[in-house]
Amino acid sequence: MSRHTLSVLVENKPGVLARVSALFSRRGFNIDSLAVGPTEHADVSRMTIVVNVEDLPLEQVTKQLNKLVNVLKIVELDTAQSVQRELMLIKVRADADSRSHVLELVNLFRARCVDVAPDAVTIEVTGTVDKLEAFVRVLEPFGIKELVQSGMVAIGRGARSITDRSLRALDRTA
Amino acid sequence: MTEQMTGAQALVRALEQVGVDTVFGIPGGAILPAYDPLYDSKKVRHVLVRHEQGAGHAAEGYAQATGRVGVCMATSGPGATNLVTPIADAYMDSVPIVAITGQVASAAIGTDAFQEADISGITMPITKHNFLVTDAADIPRTIVEAFHIAASGRPGPVLVDISKDALQATTTFSWPVQMQLPGYRPVTRPHSKQIREAARLIAESKRPVLYVGGGVHKAQASAELFELAELTGIPVITTLMARGTFPDSHRQHLGMPGMHGTVAAVGALQRTDLIIALGARFDDRVTGRLDTFAPYAKVVHADIDPAEISKNRHADVPIVGDCKEVIADLVAAIKANGQKGDYAEWWRHLDAYRETYALGYETYEDGSLAPQYIMERIGALVGPDAIYTAGVGQHQMWASQFIGYENPGSFINSGGAGTMGFAVPAAMGAKMGRPDKDVWAIDGDGCFQMTNQELATCALEGVPIKVAVINNGNLGMVRQWQTLFYEERYSNTDLQSARRIPDFVKLAEAYGCVGLRCERPEDVDDTIRKAMEITDMPVVIDFVVHQDAMVWPMVAAGTSNDDIKYARDMAPKWEHED
Repeated sequence: MSRHTLSVLVENKPGVLARVSALFSRRGFNIDSLAVGPTEHADVSRMTIVVNVEDLPLEQVTKQLNKLVNVLKIVELDTAQSVQRELMLIKVRADADSRSHVLELVNLFRARCVDVAPDAVTIEVTGTVDKLEAFVRVLEPFGIKELVQSGMVAIGRGARSITDRSLRALDRTA
Repeated sequence: MTEQMTGAQALVRALEQVGVDTVFGIPGGAILPAYDPLYDSKKVRHVLVRHEQGAGHAAEGYAQATGRVGVCMATSGPGATNLVTPIADAYMDSVPIVAITGQVASAAIGTDAFQEADISGITMPITKHNFLVTDAADIPRTIVEAFHIAASGRPGPVLVDISKDALQATTTFSWPVQMQLPGYRPVTRPHSKQIREAARLIAESKRPVLYVGGGVHKAQASAELFELAELTGIPVITTLMARGTFPDSHRQHLGMPGMHGTVAAVGALQRTDLIIALGARFDDRVTGRLDTFAPYAKVVHADIDPAEISKNRHADVPIVGDCKEVIADLVAAIKANGQKGDYAEWWRHLDAYRETYALGYETYEDGSLAPQYIMERIGALVGPDAIYTAGVGQHQMWASQFIGYENPGSFINSGGAGTMGFAVPAAMGAKMGRPDKDVWAIDGDGCFQMTNQELATCALEGVPIKVAVINNGNLGMVRQWQTLFYEERYSNTDLQSARRIPDFVKLAEAYGCVGLRCERPEDVDDTIRKAMEITDMPVVIDFVVHQDAMVWPMVAAGTSNDDIKYARDMAPKWEHED
């Protein structure tokens, strides 16, 4: 098995997320991570889907996704040729004695402290999956009270855009 | 054209504009506003069925008999969920239908309102696409999009769920409307490089077969297929969904592949060095155990749906495109390279399979009826110009094996989904779409009891179909498996129809149809002729047959095609090949 990152451009319509996620589950694929949000075009949403599959099943799921009427375009992003980020918010136990140690780690990881209470701090950190995992490991000894993480978003490196052509098609029909 | 009207009126007007002439359905609360303008329509005939499942299968029969989109209509909640089975059936067999359902008012959606069901959610995995419309202004465009999606590319069912307030609201109807489907672009034109590569493999092949599926008829490409077959001399195999696409009587036709296919067709696939798959999908009923299927074959796979290619079996040459264009291009490419294969040796083997293991069946000394004999006689007397429908089970396989099909689209049945009860409503839909054709439903006594309520519809609407019930008193195919694999422990397969509960002749009469019964071989021809003479009423024939008749040949589920049996414990000898 290997991890693949799919960027899926979809029409920004109700129910599209359900169509995409239901397709994965009924064809027997597990989604590692999924993030959806708007794009530079109001009618288009972009999903970043991370799946852990062999190449052949990946080809099948991509073809099945392409058959969904609301799906505009699918691009597999190569890890080396793209920037991939996740966002994590972590609430860590930190009192007067330990706070400075925690803040030191925040600086080392180029994270940010977004909320402080007498016995805890909340930290915002972005990065690759590996970086976030490493950060969680070093914070664990202090006591993690709560953790929330976004799905991965990713974008190709270089000047080329995957949205250009599909948006032109969309403009034609509008 | 711009006009003020209600959403319901816009719906009916849009249906008229896209050319709908027949709608099968049942009204109810949420869809009620649509039925009012439908009452006045001069172009759309609404057929009041007795169960929504019947409406759905009738739409499928209509679609397959005419090549146009079939339409069914139901109300919200249970009306809509009763359409689920035919929608799933249409999805599996790529039948273009549009199902229109009423939905509770948009303000009540999500509140567990009376007769509310999330039918667009329920049908998401079994429709090509579906729509929930809550704004009257969207109705005409959605109808146009629904018909376009259903009929184009790989055809399939589309559901349009319309909230009651959208039907009641006033809107501006303007025509024509512009579709907004930026993500829907089916590929129909095959890639010329792939065509040349396929032609090259065909020229090199020593033992090729044409494996023809339902996509060839859906592409209206049987003439092209005929030309390709005659040009190359390659043997032809037609799947259950393709029966009739290539004439059964043609010398190059080997029959049906798969679990109950002919020894010649199954043997050809197991020994071929090149499968040319046209609009077929390597279904498990065709391949048997996949890892032993066609072990020597390279595969050229042409299909309009890219997701079918290399789904079950790797394609050496994938061709995405409409079969009509694919086959025409293949013919041109083969003519251009001028090479003609020599298949004499191959045909020698195939002819030996055909002669040694021709389809046959058991007859009974006690004078009881062999179901296969009935099929042969119906085929001989009614002929290949009729349309036949079938339910699912033994009778379906016998209908496929023994009637004899010469024309594309002359055998309409439930292949992928295997929906019992398909035959009667599908026959009704087919007859309404093609009133010029004789339409015979071949049904089993189990299937018949699932949907025979539509006989009332047929009688009242003047749809004179014929129904041949092959009555063995059992769920015959399940019983056959119990005989072969469950030590003859007949758990819950005895319907006791032989005790005449119900009496199918009386049942037919109660529904305003003619009921006939036939129990002996010597009466078969007369009974069929008598049914043929009745042209103004539906006819039901209760053919009481021997309960132990089995479907042969058979590849047991999960085993290799190499282990096909042509009768119980009788395996073909393959070695005379060498």
